[in-house]
Amino acid sequence: MIPECTWTRITATENIPPREGRPIRVGGLNIAIFNLNGRFLTIDNQCPHQGGPLCDGIVAGATVVCPLHGWRFDLETGMAVRASLPACITTYPTRVENGIILVALGAGSRVEPENSEAAA
Amino acid sequence: MGETKQLVVVGNGMAGVACVEQILKHRHNFDITIFGDETHANYNRILLSMVLAGEKSPDDIVLNDEDWYRANGIRARLGVRIASIDRDHRVAIGENGETAAFDKLILATGSSALVPPIAGSNKKNVHVFRTLDDARALMEKSRPGVKAVVIGGGLLGLEAARGLQIRGCDVTVVHLLGTLMERQLDPTGGCFLERKMEALGIRVLLDRQTQALVGNGRVEGLKFATGEELDADLVVIAAGIRPNTELARRAGLEVHRGILVNDYLETSDPNIFAVGECTEHRGETFGLVAPLFEQGKVLAATITGNRGPVFSGAAPAAKLKIMGVDIFSAGRIDDTEAGVETVRFEDPGQGVYKKLLVKDNRLHGVILVGDASDEHRYMDWLRRATDLAPKRSHLLFPPPAEDLGLDAAQMSESDTVCGCLGVTKGAVIEAVHRLGVNTLAQLKDRTRASTGCGSCTALCQQLLRAVAPEFQEETKTTLCACVPFSYEQLRDIVRGQQLKSVQEVLNVYGNRKGCEVCKPALSYLLDMVWCGEHEEDRSARFINERVHANIQKDGSFSVVPRMRGGVTSPDELRRIADVADKYRVRMVKVTGSQRLDLLGVRKEDLPRIWADLGMPSGQAYSKGVRMVKTCVGTEFCRFGVQDSTAAGIELERRLENLYTPHKVKMGAVGCPRNCAEATVKDIGLVGQEGSWQVVVGGAAGKNVRKADLLITVETTQEALEAACLFFQYYRENANYLERTYDFVERTGIETVRKETVYAPEPERRKILDRLRASKAISKDAWLERDSPAHPTQFVQIQPMENAFV
Repeated sequence: MIPECTWTRITATENIPPREGRPIRVGGLNIAIFNLNGRFLTIDNQCPHQGGPLCDGIVAGATVVCPLHGWRFDLETGMAVRASLPACITTYPTRVENGIILVALGAGSRVEPENSEAAA
Repeated sequence: MGETKQLVVVGNGMAGVACVEQILKHRHNFDITIFGDETHANYNRILLSMVLAGEKSPDDIVLNDEDWYRANGIRARLGVRIASIDRDHRVAIGENGETAAFDKLILATGSSALVPPIAGSNKKNVHVFRTLDDARALMEKSRPGVKAVVIGGGLLGLEAARGLQIRGCDVTVVHLLGTLMERQLDPTGGCFLERKMEALGIRVLLDRQTQALVGNGRVEGLKFATGEELDADLVVIAAGIRPNTELARRAGLEVHRGILVNDYLETSDPNIFAVGECTEHRGETFGLVAPLFEQGKVLAATITGNRGPVFSGAAPAAKLKIMGVDIFSAGRIDDTEAGVETVRFEDPGQGVYKKLLVKDNRLHGVILVGDASDEHRYMDWLRRATDLAPKRSHLLFPPPAEDLGLDAAQMSESDTVCGCLGVTKGAVIEAVHRLGVNTLAQLKDRTRASTGCGSCTALCQQLLRAVAPEFQEETKTTLCACVPFSYEQLRDIVRGQQLKSVQEVLNVYGNRKGCEVCKPALSYLLDMVWCGEHEEDRSARFINERVHANIQKDGSFSVVPRMRGGVTSPDELRRIADVADKYRVRMVKVTGSQRLDLLGVRKEDLPRIWADLGMPSGQAYSKGVRMVKTCVGTEFCRFGVQDSTAAGIELERRLENLYTPHKVKMGAVGCPRNCAEATVKDIGLVGQEGSWQVVVGGAAGKNVRKADLLITVETTQEALEAACLFFQYYRENANYLERTYDFVERTGIETVRKETVYAPEPERRKILDRLRASKAISKDAWLERDSPAHPTQFVQIQPMENAFV
C-alpha cells in the first residue's frame, strides 16, 4: 500500500460484476476498473494501440483483451502480454473499504516496456 | 489335427472371452461352449461407470456380439449358471440341469462385489455395482435430488460416484481409510484426488466406518462407528471384490483366496484351467484388466498344446476413468521399502502431483495425479526395467526431443501398446501391413486397440503415423490452449458431465482462466446444449453480445433494428429518423442486408434508443441469425414465380434471436434470376415454377462460393422445414466460428443431406424439436433495455466523489 497518496471513492463493489470491467471518468482521467472475483484492479481505459475501450474487453485470468484488435494487457502490471508493438498502460493502486472501491488516481504507474519482451 | 475335443468355458466375461479369442488365433481342434450367468453378450466391464453416467449406452460397451459367437462357431449358453463340476466324468452341470461334457474346462468365473458385514445392507435401495444389471438398476433409481452415498473410495467407488452425480444425484463418498484409492495412491496423492472430487461437487468423508444402514424397509441413512449419521436415499457398496471360487471349491480344486493357478494357468486338475479375477497366482489376486489379458494369452498357448509362455504376474497399473480427473498409478508405491528413492513434483494450484519411486536406478512405482500424459513412458520403464541412470535429470519432465514418438520407436514388437485389450506393437504393425489400416478408427475396428480405457490413443496414433503409409490424422483440433479438447469432445463433455457454466468447464477441464477465444465458444456451446437451463455468464461473451450492439473503432456502437425480409413501413422509417435526430446519430446507412444502420451511438444511450425505435434487435452484432434478404417475389415482380418475400419473412421469424456458431445470413428469391443473391448465402431459398430449391453453404465474402443444393421441394412449408433442419444441424455440429460454407465443405454435402433432409422421420423430428426448444427460450435481446442483465450493463458509472489530479 502507498501511504501518502490520496484515495478517491469511486463506486460500490457490486456495480462491477465478476470478470468484467466498467469505465469511469474521474479527475480528468478515463479509467477502467475490473473485478477479478472480488479483487479490484484499475487501469487506463484506452488501449495504446488505437484507443479501444479496455473496459469492454474479455477478462482472461488477470489479463484483459482489447475488444478492437486483441491486444492483451496484464491488469496488475499494465504490461502488454500480446501486442504487435511493445506497449504498456498505466495502473492505479486500488483498494476496497466497506464495500466501496477507492482508487489512488495520483499514484498511477507505468512500467516502460522493454523492447524484447512485449513484442513476443 | 486330431479328433475334435470339447472345450467348456465357465464365464462369459472379459477374461474368459479374451482367452477364447486368443485360442482362436492358435491351431486348435476344440469345439467351444461358453456358459455365462448374465444374459448379456460379453461387454467391457471397465466401462460400466460410463454407462451409468449416460456417456455410453449398454450397446456401446459390447465387446463380442452374437455375430462373433456365430462366426467363430462358438456355442453361447447365456443365462445358464454352472452349479457343479463332475471331475470324474468330466461334465459341467448347469443349475437348470443342463450338462456339458468336456475334455478341457476353463474357469473364468470372475469376482463378485465384496459386501462388508454392515447391519441393514439387505435394505431396499442398497446396491452393489458390478454388472450391467446393477448399472441399469442404479440408472432407474438415480435422478436429480436423490441423496446417494457410495461406500468405498476406491477406483470403482469413485467412478460410480461420478456416474451418479452426473445423473443429478447429490453424492457423498464414504471411505473407511484416510486416503482415497489408498492401494494406488499415497496420502498426498489421495489429498489431491480428494480436492478434485470436491471440485466436481462430490462430498468425500474419510475415516468413516459404516456400522449400519438404517431405515424402515428402504434405506434412509448410514450410521457410522463414531455415532454420526448421514441421510441417504440410495446406497452403493463398492468396497472391493472377492474371487468367485465356490464352484472350484465344491469341485475339490485347490483354492485359497482365489483358485490356485501356476505360471501356465493350470489348476490342481490337469484338465481344468482358470483365468481372470477368480484366480490366485503366487499369492496375488487380480482386479484390473491388463494382467487378465496377459493370462488369457498364456492359457491359450498352454491349452492348445503350445505350453511354454509363462505368466509371471504383472506390474499392477490402474487408471481412474473420470473425465478431467487424471489418475494413474503403477508398480509398487510403498516408499518406506528399503532402498527406494522418491522423486516428486507438486503444484497445488494446477492440482498436479507426480511421484516416482526409484530403486537401484529402476522405476519401482509411479503415481500421477492431475496430469497422466506421461503414463506410457513410465509404464514402459516399469515393464522393461529401464536403466534410469542416464535419465536421472529429467525423470519428471522429459527433454523435448524425447517425445512419445521416440519411445514408440524404441518399443519392441512384443511390447504392449493397449494394456486393456492386450494389443502389442507388433499387432498394430501387422494391422497396417496386412489389413491396410490407415486411421485410428480402422485400427480400433480391426485390433480393438484403444477401445478400452482409451488412454493409449496417443500412442496408437504415434505408431500409425510412423508405420502407416497413408496415415490420416483425425482432424480434431483443440479449441485453444486454455481447454485442450476439440470442440466435439467439449460438446460431449458438457453434455455428459452436466456442466452448466463457462467457469465450471474451465475449472474442471481447463486452466481456470480462459481467454477471448474459448470463453465465447463455451458460452455458445452451453446455450446450444442446455437451451437456457445453464448459467449465462455475460463476462464470457464478447462485448457485442453483452450490450447487443456492434462495437466500432472509436468504442461507439452501431444499432441495426430487425426489418424482416428487408420490408419496412413509413411508420418505422419515421421512428428511425426521429431517433437519428434525437441522439445525433453520426451516420444512417443502408446495409448490404436490406436494413438500416445507425452508427456512432454511445453505450449508455442504447436502451433508450431501442425503446424509442420500438423494433426488435436485428442481431447485426452477434454470432447469430442475421436476416433473410428477399426480392419482391410474386407480389409485384413480373417474373416472380414464388412468394419469396413472405417465405423469407417467415424463415426470419422462425430463426430470429438464436445464436449460431458464426453469423448466418440467408436469402429468398422468387425466381432463378436471384436478385437477392440467395445462392451465395448461408441458407438460400430459390423459387422455381412449382418448387423451391433449398441451398446451403454459399459465401460472398473473402471467398465466393456457390451454395450446394440441399433438396428441391414442392411447397413453401417443406422448404422452410428443410432450411430449419440444416440450420439446427449446423448449430449442433459446426465448430465455433466455422461459417456454413466451411462446415459444408468439411462435412460434405452428401453427409449433410443424409443427416438432415434425408434422415429418417424420427431423427428429423428430433432435430426440429431441439430447434423448437432453443427457440422457445430465445428472446429479443433488446428487451434488456427494461430488465438489464446487470444494473450497470449500459450505465456510465458516476464516481462518488470527484478528484483533481
